[in-house]
Amino acid sequence: MNNKYFIGFLAIVLCLLPLIGVQGYPLHIVITILIWSFAYTGWSIMGRFGLVSLGHGAFMAMGGYITALLWNYLGMSPWIGIPIALIITGLLALIVAYPCFKFRIVGHYFALVTLALSEVVRQVIIATRDYTGGSLGYTPEPHGEGWSIYAIQFPDDRIVFLYIAVFTWLIGIIVWRMVDGSMSRYALEAISEDEDASSAVGVQVTREKLKITILSAVMTAFAGALYCQYQMFISPDTIGGVGISLQIVFAVVVGGIYSSLGPTVGAIITLFLAEILRVSIGTATVNLTENLTINAAGFPLFIYGIMLIGFIIFLPKGIVGGLSDLLSKKDGQSLDIKSSKAK
Amino acid sequence: MLTVKNLTKVFGGFTAVSSVDFSVEKGEILGLIGPNGSGKSTIFNMLSGVHFPTTGSINFNNQELSGLFPHVICNMGIGRTFQIPRPFKRLSILENAALAGYFGNNQKISKSKAWSHAEEALELVGLKDIANDDVATLGAAGLKKLELAKALATKPNLLLADESLGGLDHSEMEQAAQMLKNIRDELDITIIWVEHIMGVLMKVVDRVMVLDSGQKIAEGSPIEITQNKKVIEVYLGSDADEISEAAKGKG
Ligand SMILES: Nc1ncnc2c1ncn2[C@@H]1O[C@H](COP(=O)(O)OP(=O)(O)O)[C@@H](O)[C@H]1O
Ligand SMILES: [Mg+2]
Repeated sequence: MNNKYFIGFLAIVLCLLPLIGVQGYPLHIVITILIWSFAYTGWSIMGRFGLVSLGHGAFMAMGGYITALLWNYLGMSPWIGIPIALIITGLLALIVAYPCFKFRIVGHYFALVTLALSEVVRQVIIATRDYTGGSLGYTPEPHGEGWSIYAIQFPDDRIVFLYIAVFTWLIGIIVWRMVDGSMSRYALEAISEDEDASSAVGVQVTREKLKITILSAVMTAFAGALYCQYQMFISPDTIGGVGISLQIVFAVVVGGIYSSLGPTVGAIITLFLAEILRVSIGTATVNLTENLTINAAGFPLFIYGIMLIGFIIFLPKGIVGGLSDLLSKKDGQSLDIKSSKAK
Repeated sequence: MLTVKNLTKVFGGFTAVSSVDFSVEKGEILGLIGPNGSGKSTIFNMLSGVHFPTTGSINFNNQELSGLFPHVICNMGIGRTFQIPRPFKRLSILENAALAGYFGNNQKISKSKAWSHAEEALELVGLKDIANDDVATLGAAGLKKLELAKALATKPNLLLADESLGGLDHSEMEQAAQMLKNIRDELDITIIWVEHIMGVLMKVVDRVMVLDSGQKIAEGSPIEITQNKKVIEVYLGSDADEISEAAKGKG
């Protein structure tokens, strides 16, 4: 089966879901998975090159909060607010990453710097609670009753958001594939092994790393903005902070960091894990159908941690990568799910 | 083509290269020899931008190189190999060379052109048949060849070859030396060749420069160098006669 056609087929099936009677809670789950998949895909395009960021929670929160704040305080339509949020997030990524790359802060040290970023952004949201609602969360003001294309608000109608989410998800996969097929991919693979040897053959190491980092941050910020428009509610813990940053890493590693569908599978798994745990442990305060927030909140971090270590040791290519290896071994041919040469 | 003046590198308090002057003419092969630790690789590192010189100037085709970054220097037409090969293990042999072909030519060429540069370079060093293999399948000689192919794929005007012969057996050495000569003759690439193994080098190079403890102690034709008292004393020692024969053999 060709991956490209499979993904196209999947997109069509997803769009047809409402026609076969999928609605309400199941449709909500699908939309949520698609939005998170896009965030995870954004992380994976840099994470696969050993650029492990624990700061993507910050980028996601920036996307959501800036969009909502511009709407509430300046009446700025998200059509303009989202691009502004993406630009600001891209600049933040540049400001944080440039010195890191310039001074060769790599590996664990890069992870630590970005981890701090997650927490700083969360703290800023909490400190400015008079404007942002702090840890209680924040809601974009409804624009009249019902639908508004101007405000990108579609209350009580999930179908529009399904199409937005499917489209976004598809763009994410396309970006993933473009990065995979680009010369920058070879440069980044080389950089991840040996920066000096890379620059000796003409690679602009800092620039290549910055390019992928900014693209990745902006994608994640877009997921945050979309999440905000869809849920009409954001809080520092549902789209930001260290918890979300770790959830992003977890989902991608589990799903498959070297496969275009890995982050999507990761999104499905994290969501169901969170749901199962929530129902079995029972964080009773959350209303199941209305205000469903699906993420690491309430999901004990140590379980994430243990599973993460398990996957890194036993299934480093994640579920999709491991599965496609298995299948290609059986058939004696490749499944056309591109996997990195990392062995 | 290349004029180096008063080149000095101090690491901490230790002077690795001390006030070295030399120049390279277009189309020649300059041999750079000297005992271990005499500063040969350090000179290469300064020429290629890995280290900035403490003092001194490096003029390449009327442009100053000191202070420029390695990728800029590479794109100006200086390719280098590393003494200890540094292949990219996550890429195939061909991808290694293609990466160099693309980024070493300022990213201004098409992807397909980069791959054809890569294939040419691999053909030159004799790795074309196994181009799609993993780097892990290469032995010492293969890794040296790949190192050379990466540098060649960047389409340099000046090639800095650092100890291309280390770890090779005799026939491999002869082959590698011949390869460098072909590169100069056929591709018109000027070469500075750092080498520890003297006999083979003397047969191929046009001129030799000798370093000792970071200082230039002699410079001249291979025959002159092998008869230079100072060089014999610090470096060639008891092998002098044998190497001198090799130098004469160059004709
Ligand atoms: N990055 C460095 N930091 C400190 N000392 C160095 C560095 N690179 C080389 N040296 C020292 O400089 C001297 C010359 O080294 P090198 O140029 O590698 O010698 P060669 O290539 O002639 O064997 C050696 O004593 C070495 O230890
Ligand atoms: Mg050396």
